[in-house]
Parts: sequence; structure tokens; C-alpha cells
Amino acid sequence: MKIAVCVKRVPDMDVRFRIGADNVSVDETGLKFDINDFDAWAVEAALQLRDKNAGSEVTVISLGPDVVQETIRKALSMGVDRGIQLKADKVPFDGLAIAKALAEELKAGSYDLIFFGKMSPDSSSGVVGPMVSELLGMPCVTAISSLEIADGKGKAKRELEGAQEIVEFPLPAVLTVDEGLNTARLPSLKGIMAAKKKPLEVKPVQLPQPQITLRKLELPAERKAGRVVGEGASAVPELVKLLQTEAKVL
Amino acid sequence: MANVFAFVETRGGDVRKVGLEAVTAARQLADKFGSEVHALVFGPPGIGAKAAQIGKYGADVVIIVENASLANYNPEAATATAADRIKSGRYRAAVFSTSAQGRDLAPRVAARLGASIVTDVLSLEVEGNAIVVRHPMNIGKVIATIAITGTPAILAMRPNVIAPAQNLKAGRVENSQPAIDPNSTRVRVIETKQGSGGKLDLAEAPVVVAGGRGLKAAENFKLVEDLASAFGNAAVGATRAVTDDGWRPHSDQIGQTGRLVSPELYIAVGISGAVQHLAGMRTSKTIVAVNKDKDAPIFKVADYGIVGDVFEVIPALTEAVREAKKHH
Repeated sequence: MKIAVCVKRVPDMDVRFRIGADNVSVDETGLKFDINDFDAWAVEAALQLRDKNAGSEVTVISLGPDVVQETIRKALSMGVDRGIQLKADKVPFDGLAIAKALAEELKAGSYDLIFFGKMSPDSSSGVVGPMVSELLGMPCVTAISSLEIADGKGKAKRELEGAQEIVEFPLPAVLTVDEGLNTARLPSLKGIMAAKKKPLEVKPVQLPQPQITLRKLELPAERKAGRVVGEGASAVPELVKLLQTEAKVL
Repeated sequence: MANVFAFVETRGGDVRKVGLEAVTAARQLADKFGSEVHALVFGPPGIGAKAAQIGKYGADVVIIVENASLANYNPEAATATAADRIKSGRYRAAVFSTSAQGRDLAPRVAARLGASIVTDVLSLEVEGNAIVVRHPMNIGKVIATIAITGTPAILAMRPNVIAPAQNLKAGRVENSQPAIDPNSTRVRVIETKQGSGGKLDLAEAPVVVAGGRGLKAAENFKLVEDLASAFGNAAVGATRAVTDDGWRPHSDQIGQTGRLVSPELYIAVGISGAVQHLAGMRTSKTIVAVNKDKDAPIFKVADYGIVGDVFEVIPALTEAVREAKKHH
């Protein structure tokens, strides 16, 4: 099986962000970057399938400036066989531009499966995987939380709001991975050493003209300070009164 | 004519609230253009009768596509049908929902049309030849303002940010067919399993009661469930710590990627208020927190707080809410 996984380098979200001086970027000073969690689960899914199917190979692809090589190396150290950097000055905000660049690379690879994380927390769009499937004319199942592959066919589960879908699809296919599919392995020391020798190809890409423009970024408005109504169960009547008369939600 | 298209989401043969929100958002845009809203409803036989009300929410034309093979969502048939209609109707914009289904469908439609998309749209404006929208980034910690100049603009609304509003329009019904045979598609949803007891969706419920580690054990979530059922219109949510421990399914988790909620009322039970959690619920209209630690960060965003033991306060609150509901 030939498997591709598209991964993104993203900042750790457990911080208070600052807006850059240009007003259209996040100030990256002091931010820690790593592979997107959803993409790490996608890598894990690909590795598990490769290990079950003799003669399989996993390729990881990331679009962006040279810093994304760290993210590619991380995937290689988890056990991915080879990496491709689609070199661009920056990752565009327009998901269609990203999808077009990835699809151009992926169509030449005749992959049986192409994995994505279901979304990345930074742009919070989650559109690139399904867009790529459409550009390649491939079947696609998004946000999967279980997966079985056998005899050129697949079966997956998707989490909906308050429900689940069971989906069947033929290979080749594009899949995007939700939380709960697996737990990503940590790179071993041996894996980290091996990753240094694995092939990492750098290919410059031309990005199409974006049709959407980021005008500004801002921090969300602070909520006005609330108040403590009281302590313990004796404060409940006062709370209920406020919910009825002031907030008018009860 | 810069007409606006709306995709009305359905599930299990019913129109979903997010579908009405998409029509309302499309109406807002169409009013700015002075144009019409054409709403597409796609589902099993009988959906048309339920969709007749969509004119009330501002649709000038309701396009009904009924097919016996559409009992479950069919991504390829939905993509082909929506994309064909958007193309032939030469719409200026097409409005979808950022729901599990909309996240699957809207980007496919956009790519098929060679159009750009913005998801989780919080608000929309028209400025000159651009549609200007707001979109949360970095799990809600940064808000982006984005101008879309390409046509059609594909917009997927975040649930619960635009209340479905009545705006009586003709709602002229037009019957149509799926653009491809739903029985011929490669990807097939073979089953849709409803969650237990037909629970309300977290993203759509007007009230959310969420529990954290302060509940101490999985079985104590019953307190949260009882409070939710006392409201009658509440969904149950959880913190990451709780879903990681397997007390609740990951789909209940609030405050991580893709899980932002904005209910009328949010009640945080035994939740200290980690930054990710706060980012996921801070746009709720009213926030109530119950926690034994008076210094917990959740009290900084809560409109009303009670410092106390959740095992005493929540049963009392449940009882009081039941009483209050009785008198309505």
C-alpha cells in the first residue's frame, strides 16, 4: 500500500496569543511549535496500516518554509519512510490555495490512501482534506474515529453532534482523522537517529492567487467581570432569581 | 442578480436548527444585495412537507430534492447537487453550516466550484465587492476578519451565532432531483446511530451543562445529566480532562479544536477553567460556575458564581430549576 499523510506545523494553543505588528499575523515570539495533534493521529493510522500490510510505504508531506522540515522529521522519527516539503514562503490562509498545491503533488504519487488531520487549531478551518479529495476526484470520509481496511475497501465511523455515522468506501481514498482514532506513538531514540538518514525531498511550489484576504486579527473582547452570588446551596435561590429576572434565561 | 444560496441541513428526515440558521444568514446577505434566497433541502421522501416552513425564515425559493435513498447523508450526491445548483444559479454566495455534516460538505462543494471557503463564520457584512466575515482562529483565542472577493463565496456559519429569525418570504417550492444517483456513489453512509435518548446537540442546545474533574468520578456525571434534564433544553458537555479519562466520549468535549459552543446559558460544574476550556465557551451569553475553589479561573468569566461543593449545590439547583420550569 502507498500511503501519504499531509501534516502541518502549528503553535501550542495553551498560551495567551499576541497579535503581530502587521495586525494580520500572530506574534510567534516565544511560541512552541509541533506537529498538529490531529495530523499525529493521521501519521499513527498510516503507520499501523503499513505495518499490517507488507511492502507498504508511508510518505509525509508538509507545505511551508524550511521550519516545516522539523515537523517532517518528527513524523519520520515516528516511523514514516520519507518526507516531502512543498516549499513556500508561508502557509497561505486560503485553504483552496493549500489544497491545490497539495493535490498537484499527490496526484503524481498514485497513493492508495491519503490521510489528513480533520483540522488544525491555528487556522481552525478543516477544509484542506475534503478539498484535496474533490480536486483529485477521490472518495473521501472526514473526521473518522474508527477505521478498518481490507480487500481494497474501508469502513469508518464518524462522530456527529449526538450521533455517529458508519461509512463504507472503496480505495483509493482520502481520510481525515478525528480524536479518538488512536494514540500517536512517541518517537523512540532509535527512531530519531534513523530519521536523520531518511529521504526528505524539497520541492518549490507556486501558490495560486488567493481569493480571500485576511484583513485583521484581534483578541476576543474580554467578558465583563462577573460576581460570586454566594457560597454553598443557600446561594441557589438568589442564583435562580438572577437567571430569571436579570439574565432572563430561565 | 446576486442571489444567495442556502443549504438546509437535515438528519433523519428532519430539518436541523443549523439549517434554519443558514437560511437566516443567507437572508441577511441577500437583503444587503437586494436579492433572493434560494434554499436547497436534500433528504428522504417527506422532507419537502417539513421544509415548507422555510419560506418563513426568509427563503424566496425552496428547492426540494427528495429521494428514497437519502435516508442517510450522502456526501457525493449532496456535493454534486449543491455544486450544480450553485453553478447554474450563478449565486454570489452559498451559505452552509459548520456542523459535522457541513464541515464535510461545504469544502467539497467549494473545491468543485474552484471557490474559497470560510468556516465557523461568526458574522457577515458586505463592503463594496467583498463579503467580509469574522472567523475564530487558534481555538477561539484570536478572531480573524476576512474579505472574500471570489464568486461564489462559500460560507459555513458557526452554529448558534445567528438565531433563526422569521422573515416571511414567498417560499415558492421547486422540486428537483439529485444531480447523481445516490445509489451510484462510492462513499456510502450505511447507518446513522442516534445518541442515547435523542439528546440535544452540544453545538445547538440553548443551554449547556458541562462537568469537570470536580465531579470526582464518571458516575457523578448523573448530577450534570439531572440538571440538564431539569432544563429540558440542555445538552451535556465535558472538559478535556474528563474525556481523556474516559468519563465521557470525546464528542462531549468543549474547548478544543472544533468544539466551540455559544449557548444562551452555560453552567460549569466542578470546572476550574483551563484556558482551552474558556476559549471554547467564552462566547456563551450567560455563564454560571459552581466550584469549591473561590480562586478558580472559571469565576473570572462567569456572570454568576457559587463557591461551594458541587455535590450540595447542583442537586439544590436542579430542584430549583425544576420548580421554576413548573411555573411556566
